[in-house]
Amino acid sequence: MWVFLVTEVMFFGGMFAGYATYRFRYPEAFLEGSGKLDLLLGAANTAVLILSSFTMAMAVHSAQTNRRRSLILFLILTMLLGSVFLGVKVVEYSDKFHHHLVPGPSFHVEGAVGPQVELFFSFYFALTGFHALHMIIGIGLLSVILWMSWRGRFSAEYYNPVEISGLYWHFVDIVWIFLFPLLYLIGHHRL
Amino acid sequence: MSEHVVSPKTYALILTALLVGTAVTVWVAQVDLGPWSLAVALTIAVIKATLVVLFFMHMKYSHRLNWIFFAAAILWLVLLISMTLVDVIANLAGN
Repeated sequence: MWVFLVTEVMFFGGMFAGYATYRFRYPEAFLEGSGKLDLLLGAANTAVLILSSFTMAMAVHSAQTNRRRSLILFLILTMLLGSVFLGVKVVEYSDKFHHHLVPGPSFHVEGAVGPQVELFFSFYFALTGFHALHMIIGIGLLSVILWMSWRGRFSAEYYNPVEISGLYWHFVDIVWIFLFPLLYLIGHHRL
Repeated sequence: MSEHVVSPKTYALILTALLVGTAVTVWVAQVDLGPWSLAVALTIAVIKATLVVLFFMHMKYSHRLNWIFFAAAILWLVLLISMTLVDVIANLAGN
């Protein structure tokens, strides 16, 4: 599993490197673009995702200590928190469409750095989009684990699938821990 | 995988630390630190990620082989981003 996560680090790493390149080239445009994001929603979503990592860790703990009911409960909680995160993301995305901040023909930002702000939003959608895709895959993975838990497949002797799904879930949380400051926090103090 | 069972108390402590870290990073972002704001925000993010890896992902209690894989990932990530930035900064300085 750790080997798979290494490949995932590289997958997101490439996009982070691209982000860093243009962040250095067009600092003003990136600050302006960052200022157009909703800091409150971003921070709330960060807390939701951290909480879901905690419930995931507790799910693994429940499996290790042979408690099937609390394993099922924590898995459901984790999936619910993940869904809340995605729901907030939908609200944010539709808000960007509404304010013409989606890169493409309808994109509109006043000022000389407008096209470069569009570049910021390209990174925003690519990075958060792939992150959201990972979340959706994670919820799908957890629903399989939930079904297996329901059937009583896990015990203190055998809980590897729960632990491995947990590793994946925590990894996706870590990606967001870096996305949040890089996208939402760099420009806010200029507002 | 790791056999070590971490107590829920430890998990709750890490959760609290992560939430406090999030609050601090949002609060610091309101203060104008100039070029330092990015460095501070990234430092907090690295601390938070380290806590998740060590405790939630059980790395602290994990087999040494996992440490090697993890270190390799970090090494290549740092190389990828630092070498890219060296090129970008050299280009900007040249123009």
